[in-house]
Amino acid sequence: MSQAIETARTYLKPHKKLPTVWCGGCGLGVIMSSLLRVISKMEIPKNDIVTVSGIGCTGRMPTYVDSNTLHTTHGRALAFATGVKLANPKLTVLAAMGDGDALAIGGNHFIHACRRNIDITAIVANNCIYGMTGGQYSPTTPHGKRGTTAPYGNVEHEFDASALAAGAGASFVARTSVYHVRELDKLLEQAIRHRGFSVVEVMSNCYTSYGRLNQYKSPVDMFRWMKDSSVTLKQAERMSPEELEGKFTRGIFVENYLPEFIEVYDNLAERLTSDSATVATQLRETMERYERLGDRLKAIG
Amino acid sequence: MAATGNKDVKVLQGNEACAIGAVAAGVNFFAGYPITPSSEVAEFMARHLPLIGGRFIQMEDEIASIAAIIGASIAGSRAMTATSGPGFSLMQENIGLACLAEIPCVIVNVMRAGPSTGLPTQPAQADIMQARWGTHGDHAIIALAPSTVLECIELTVKSVSLSEKYRTPVVLLLDEVIGHMRESVTLPVAGTYHCDSRIAPDDDDADYSPAACVGDTVATMAHFGGPHRFHVTGLTHDAHGFPTMVPEEVDRKIHWIVDKIESRADELAMNDEFMTEDCDILLFAYGSTARVAKASVRQLREQGVKAGLLRVKTIWPFSGKRLRELAPQLRGIVAPEMNMGQLVLEVERTVGGKVPVRHLGRVDGRLFTPDQITDFVTEELSA
Repeated sequence: MSQAIETARTYLKPHKKLPTVWCGGCGLGVIMSSLLRVISKMEIPKNDIVTVSGIGCTGRMPTYVDSNTLHTTHGRALAFATGVKLANPKLTVLAAMGDGDALAIGGNHFIHACRRNIDITAIVANNCIYGMTGGQYSPTTPHGKRGTTAPYGNVEHEFDASALAAGAGASFVARTSVYHVRELDKLLEQAIRHRGFSVVEVMSNCYTSYGRLNQYKSPVDMFRWMKDSSVTLKQAERMSPEELEGKFTRGIFVENYLPEFIEVYDNLAERLTSDSATVATQLRETMERYERLGDRLKAIG
Repeated sequence: MAATGNKDVKVLQGNEACAIGAVAAGVNFFAGYPITPSSEVAEFMARHLPLIGGRFIQMEDEIASIAAIIGASIAGSRAMTATSGPGFSLMQENIGLACLAEIPCVIVNVMRAGPSTGLPTQPAQADIMQARWGTHGDHAIIALAPSTVLECIELTVKSVSLSEKYRTPVVLLLDEVIGHMRESVTLPVAGTYHCDSRIAPDDDDADYSPAACVGDTVATMAHFGGPHRFHVTGLTHDAHGFPTMVPEEVDRKIHWIVDKIESRADELAMNDEFMTEDCDILLFAYGSTARVAKASVRQLREQGVKAGLLRVKTIWPFSGKRLRELAPQLRGIVAPEMNMGQLVLEVERTVGGKVPVRHLGRVDGRLFTPDQITDFVTEELSA
């Protein structure tokens, strides 16, 4: 217990008043405390961490985490994070997003971040609903489930966020839930340590907006759903598609060691600048022209 | 000049000159998305940034491009993007974030004819109001417009400088003609330009307030990864950068981001004048249109009309100072613009009622001709 208090004291912002904006029983506190435990365990200096978010309930996470924090526009966390990481690659960049933020309005940024493989960790808190705006259906609301804009049940079919990330080329993809806290700690740590773009999808619960519309009697009921409806990858292997219907799989789906964007870019830059023989003629000419211009303009400062 | 073999004279394209200005001003991060007629800026940056220790990335769209340059700026880079009308529209939400959170960055908008996809390869000056009011909510912006290729270098350096000094996004408004025109440029000698840098807080400043709004002094700016940890948000925030709904704090913030730029309108004004000393007919123009207007002034002078040209390089914030000074000697002002009447509204607000103001619009995707402006002035005079 004292360890938990110590972690909270160290990694929550001192001048930010608690409690958080999150409702009682919300899974986001579980995700944030797991994140704090992991960065504490990994002993990453707080000044070297940047926590980025978009809009929505998950978007408020950086308000509390005592790192550098960047609360951006809806859906754009990964695009901002890309700029931060490219400007200063020594930073540990974490992007916390909800399902609507990451997969609807930010879906384009999400797939391209997966494809690029820049060393950023994306945490997708998937509660299957737009919580902050009051329970509208999201890209992960299961078919048939209710939202305030799906009052008769969702007509659309949902994304499998982890499958999407894997398909788009992310080099680390894992999924767990806020019920499976130890597993969450483990996967978050592995994701942050992974060199490349990593995605951790965390099934979460929004009792206020999703639970009440979908016949869950309490937040505890929703935790029970996560416990009962999830299977490990190993268990899933032995199950038929019918048995897997309505369940989600937990575990590491992808763990590939692919060349990381900045590493490749910087190696290329080094080759270009150190060995002029490998520089294409046209590029060399342009470079020489730039240098002449550079000499004339160098004193600007 | 070229025949003399002078190495300091180069034939450069406007977009290329803009990119050269950016590199010269220390821009070391560029994120962009291809769009005509601005793509040459991105291409130049893609070729050069890896050679000089910077980084280039082509993002998935313009929303991501502006987001990436804001992120890079917060992490300490000098960051720029380049686009054209449709892409500029996509960037507007995040430009608002940069205004509110006071993040330096430069957005080059090579204006093409719109609305919508419009005429991708033809010039216009129709994004004047989009540059000013494109993002929602009260804010201010700095926007500059070059008329020559040399000015593409100069004003890009100036854009970086002003963005750093005032912690604000700066929009550089080229038009398709300026962006694609090639001109011989006598390269400026070292030390010609000055480029300001953001001021970092003291490393041991325990009470660092990243979003202070005190007096008229722009707050110091730390960077992610430095000695200070701080919070940046697009929510209206207090001096520490944290969200606030306290009416006094909200009011102070909005006044601050507007006043820090609008109150400096005269100081930021850059004009160029041609034959204005004795003129009684003033042509008011900017960008490529100003080049044509200059030829019209000569034509009108030959016809005995005492015409002059006021060319503005600073579009926003709009300074009416020179117009007010010139007003007493004027019979009329003619403002040709490649739009249906945008910056002319500011001219009217400044001298309306004192001097007749006439707008000459052209929206067919073609540049004005000197005859067109000259004839318009002559007709107006005889009317």
